[in-house]
Amino acid sequence: MSLLEVENIHTYYGNIQALRGVSLKVEKGEIVTLIGANGAGKTTTLRTISGLLKPREGHVKLEGEDLASYMAHEIVYKGVAMVPEGRGVFARLTVMENLEMGAFSLSNKEQINRNLERVFTLFPRLKERRAQVAGTLSGGEQQMLATGRALMASPSVLLMDEPSMGLAPVLVEVIFDTIQQINREGVTILLVEQNALMALGVAHRGYVLQTGEIVLSDSAEKLRKDPTVQKAYLGME
Amino acid sequence: MRTTSISPWKQAFQSGLLGGAIAVLLALVGMVAAFSGRYIVSGVFTMGQFLFLAPILFLAYMTLRRAPQMPPFRLLQTGMVSGAASGAVIAVFVLIGSVVNLRVMFINASPQLYGILTFNQGVGIGALILLVAGLLLGALAAGIILLPERTRKTIVQAALWVFTIGLLRDLIVTVSFRWGPLAAIIKQFFAVSGLTPVGAAILIALIGGIRYWQLGKNDPHAVTFFNNTKPTVRWLRLGLAGVILLLLPPILGIFFSEILDNVAMYILMGLGLNIVVGFAGLLDLGYVAFFAIGAYVMGVMTSPELGFFNMTWWEALPFALVTSFIAGVILGLPVLRLRGDYLAIVTLGFGEIVRLLVLSDWLRPWLGGTQGIQRIAQPQIGNFVFNTQQELYYLFLAGLGIVAFIAWRLKDSRLGRSWMALREDEDVAKAMGINHVTTKLLAFATGALFSGLAGTIFAAKLTSVYPHSMNFLVSINVLSLIIIGGMGSIPGVFVGALVLIAAPELLREFAEFRYLVYGALLVTMMLTKPEGLWPEERRRLELHEEEHSPAVSAD
Ligand SMILES: Nc1ncnc2c1ncn2[C@@H]1O[C@H](COP(=O)(O)OP(=O)(O)OP(=O)(O)O)[C@@H](O)[C@H]1O
Ligand SMILES: [Mg+2]
Repeated sequence: MSLLEVENIHTYYGNIQALRGVSLKVEKGEIVTLIGANGAGKTTTLRTISGLLKPREGHVKLEGEDLASYMAHEIVYKGVAMVPEGRGVFARLTVMENLEMGAFSLSNKEQINRNLERVFTLFPRLKERRAQVAGTLSGGEQQMLATGRALMASPSVLLMDEPSMGLAPVLVEVIFDTIQQINREGVTILLVEQNALMALGVAHRGYVLQTGEIVLSDSAEKLRKDPTVQKAYLGME
Repeated sequence: MRTTSISPWKQAFQSGLLGGAIAVLLALVGMVAAFSGRYIVSGVFTMGQFLFLAPILFLAYMTLRRAPQMPPFRLLQTGMVSGAASGAVIAVFVLIGSVVNLRVMFINASPQLYGILTFNQGVGIGALILLVAGLLLGALAAGIILLPERTRKTIVQAALWVFTIGLLRDLIVTVSFRWGPLAAIIKQFFAVSGLTPVGAAILIALIGGIRYWQLGKNDPHAVTFFNNTKPTVRWLRLGLAGVILLLLPPILGIFFSEILDNVAMYILMGLGLNIVVGFAGLLDLGYVAFFAIGAYVMGVMTSPELGFFNMTWWEALPFALVTSFIAGVILGLPVLRLRGDYLAIVTLGFGEIVRLLVLSDWLRPWLGGTQGIQRIAQPQIGNFVFNTQQELYYLFLAGLGIVAFIAWRLKDSRLGRSWMALREDEDVAKAMGINHVTTKLLAFATGALFSGLAGTIFAAKLTSVYPHSMNFLVSINVLSLIIIGGMGSIPGVFVGALVLIAAPELLREFAEFRYLVYGALLVTMMLTKPEGLWPEERRRLELHEEEHSPAVSAD
């Protein structure tokens, strides 16, 4: 049984169909990436998994349990955390308050403190800036904050939506290093990216999404060598 | 601001014209004439004169404040340009008025007005005096700026104090009437209208002296009784404030107690709406509905006229509160998915529905229709019935204490945090594990509960309720006081209510101009302090950051 299993989901915005039968699996301990062009449905897939959208057809299963009957906030308690697209930090709250908010689903003070410690080790930058209002952080710092905030919930699965968006190449490297680091500490990661090169560099496996459908899936290594992927997503001729 | 590119002369001239225009406007709406008999300092200076001279001084002062560093002489010249421009505008107005009959268009452009504007010296000399007065006021503005800070603050503040005291003469004399020997002393300072010249001089000296002395031992961070953060001192301060609050009605008398009751009622509602709008970010324009529900349930349960239950006020209270709470949930359910402007429209509709229901003939047997409900019970403890404004004040105070405490505790609670997250970003809040349904419903319901409580005391105060008390303006007033105080700030609700509810009452003397003054005050306030008078710590923090960000300091 996979940790996270998405079976043939069809998700709509009103009458517009965004996903046409997406299926994917994430095994415990993996980094799996979902790549695709703008508007392919990557964000929609993550929002469906986290319960913010409900699929009209198909199932999302966590350790075999169907999540259909759970509301978005209940799914957090099941161990699924999200780093939303465009980071979505609470701009008017301080760094510290953002992190506290991330641990909203936990009640154990000790565990919260441990998580905080862990986030600060991972991102010493956040520790320095913990009293700063999040809206005034740089883009890279906001990404760190959004990631740290998700980790505060002790997730077993972390859904990350384009963490590299709008960051300078050096920072992108840093972020991807951290993603691997987080994964080594035992968090399973589903990583949505447009930066296919970097994503396939850190992921174990990958899926290619195109207008709401999975068109390719393979190990990251094989995908990197796939001619269609190279042409469409890695900018090689 | 890039003031350097425009010549300071031109700017001074323009703002001078504006000052003159404001003065002429105040004259044309009739305020100058209406208050020409109302002395600030008896026989010396009237409110009418203030109204057309103050804009000149103020605009000159503001120009100089904004102007780049200038040597003293240039500063003086610039100020005089501004002042003279203002004076000229008024003079031109008088000259035009003396040849053309402006009364056809402006009812207030009377000979009496020209008399006041020219200090009764005739058109020619009057125009000259106006120019000179403008020059002098401009020079005065420059003078104020050139003074060292301590002296400047002393003079400006003393002048403002004396002006306010002179302005509020009637209120002060009326109130002090109850203070025994003190009343006799206070009376010495006042003439039939405004302060006596001697009284004004003594006050200026007294207040100025105190301020000068206070500003002298200028250590802004010095620990005093008022900013000490030690818990014991804090409690002492709170206790002192409590004692003062308890003593207010006997000290101030009925008229003020009535105002206090009103203010307290609006604070109660404000604390509730502040949870909905300020904490949770849900724009609710139908808030008066819950006030109506609280008041009407109290009426239905207690009024012997309707004769359903004939409960006492205390017996009916839980019913009124529970109904309000449930009404909050009922409003919340259909609007759960709505945001921003849609939410505003739907809540607005809800408020109207409740008003129309209590007004309807159809529900008349139960709710009284246009006639409302009379003979509502008043709260009684033992043999003591709360029935005067002063006694009801204590009931308001008790309610206020409880509600303020609850609001304060909620703010930093888990629920308060959820409200805050929801306000910032609903989807992200959900992704943090926040249940948006219960969180939103609790915001509406808690807000409704507080408003319902205000309604029950209101019903007891009037012993009757009418549909027309439940109009949309109440919702708007409550919302405004939150905005003026500072969105999401609990002390802001208190300050906002004082300004918004008490100020117009105190300005009652100004009759039809009261709302004009008041409107101008609000506009000015929102332009100069958009974050509110007592903003929430968080927003203060944000503005603070902005002040230090390079984007602003670079220009
Ligand atoms: N709120 C919405 N209402 C209607 N259509 C939407 C909405 N959000 C997304 N869509 C549509 O659904 C499709 C998939 O969008 P989605 O945001 O999932 O793409 P994406 O792969 O994340 O793209 P990007 O890389 O630009 O973030 C797009 O065609 C988009 O226009
Ligand atoms: Mg996207």
